[in-house]
Amino acid sequence: MITFIRKNKKAVLLTILVVLNFCLAAWGDESAKLPDAADRTNTIEIRDFAFNPPTLTVKSGEKITWINRDEEPHTVVSVEKQFKKSSALDTDQEFSIEAGSPGTYTYFCSVHPKMTGTIVVEK
Amino acid sequence: MKDHNHILHNVDSDGIDRRGFLKCMAWAGTGVLWTVSGGVLVSKTLAQIAKAGSLPAATDLSFLQISDSHIGFSKDANKNVTETFRIALDRINAMPTPPSFLIHTGDITQLSKPEEFDTFDQLLKSCRTKDVFYVPGEHDVLNDGGKLYRERYLKRVEAKGSGWYSFNKNGVHFIGLVNVLNLEAGGLGQLGDEQLEWLEADVKGLGADTPIVVFAHIPLWTVYPQWGWGTSDSERALGYLKRFGSVTVLNGHIHQVLQKVEGNLTFHTAMSTAFPQPAPGTAPSPGPLKVPAEKLRRMLGLTSVQYKQGNSALAVVDSNLS
Repeated sequence: MITFIRKNKKAVLLTILVVLNFCLAAWGDESAKLPDAADRTNTIEIRDFAFNPPTLTVKSGEKITWINRDEEPHTVVSVEKQFKKSSALDTDQEFSIEAGSPGTYTYFCSVHPKMTGTIVVEK
Repeated sequence: MKDHNHILHNVDSDGIDRRGFLKCMAWAGTGVLWTVSGGVLVSKTLAQIAKAGSLPAATDLSFLQISDSHIGFSKDANKNVTETFRIALDRINAMPTPPSFLIHTGDITQLSKPEEFDTFDQLLKSCRTKDVFYVPGEHDVLNDGGKLYRERYLKRVEAKGSGWYSFNKNGVHFIGLVNVLNLEAGGLGQLGDEQLEWLEADVKGLGADTPIVVFAHIPLWTVYPQWGWGTSDSERALGYLKRFGSVTVLNGHIHQVLQKVEGNLTFHTAMSTAFPQPAPGTAPSPGPLKVPAEKLRRMLGLTSVQYKQGNSALAVVDSNLS
């Protein structure tokens, strides 16, 4: 029941957002992007012991997702411990974070430390 | 290390010397017997031994190295790693002289899961040899920094720090090192200051004629840094061991037999019992190597080591599971 109500609420919220989106669209592209910033997915694929793309530029508040396509487990760990680390990702497992304040974030795989990557967060 | 491309000692007048032979054998992955006699390393292929008679008969100490069992792995490279591990154990049980103990050089499991460790322990019960010494692989310490591994596998030893230790058997000094924890971004395997200081103190009181066996998961020599196959501070560790007449370094991690001799140091990596990995640089990544089913067992195996007191002889023999 609760799930149903929640889903319903979500649907209403979505409708409002869509309507709002249309309204905002009239004000220009930049404003139109705001409501769905957190929903946009920036994907980093882990394949052949490498993060692809090695450097990803995102906007603050956007979601970043890593997917492991190797047969070997990998992790995602911030070098400066600036964001939560993943557990070991098995094949096809994902890990997501929300981009924080603007800046450059380097990360690596703590299992295979030769694997490194960078996230650039813009305003 | 200097690279020798010429014959230094043509003992058997066969146009090939020890170093030349080692170079030839380096990638072959077939059975080679190593004997260190009075600090001089002699190598023979298993075929030569068969011709000459047999392996050295009565030995004072023989032990066996198994590595990289990766229990829990179920991908194409080997969908049944428990079966190949069981075959390896059957081989040990079939040995005419059972080894005194086993050394497992890490990656017991694929994902450090308790149920994977359980399966491994269950399978190991069928082994006649009950004494097993472990060092962890990176796959055994994935999410908890090795806590579960240490709880289970260090009961027989007086481990220090993150799990390193030493022990003596028949006059041979054994050292188990941990080089898979606290790895730094962009780096290789690492021992760390605390462990290195312990190692220096551990070997300080030993006579230079004490045979030393060092075992760790990631190679303690730089095999192929592009794939992380090496240990950043291993030079310092080896520096403490250079004064000894016979040092044998046994590693796993790279799922293939590789050997190197540097003065009195003999480096050796073992095959996995789970799946092979490509030779350095021959694939886009060091991921599991898929080979035809009939070829798989030829690329899996274990390593037997024998030491005969008085002769200060140490012999390392690889055999596959085919």
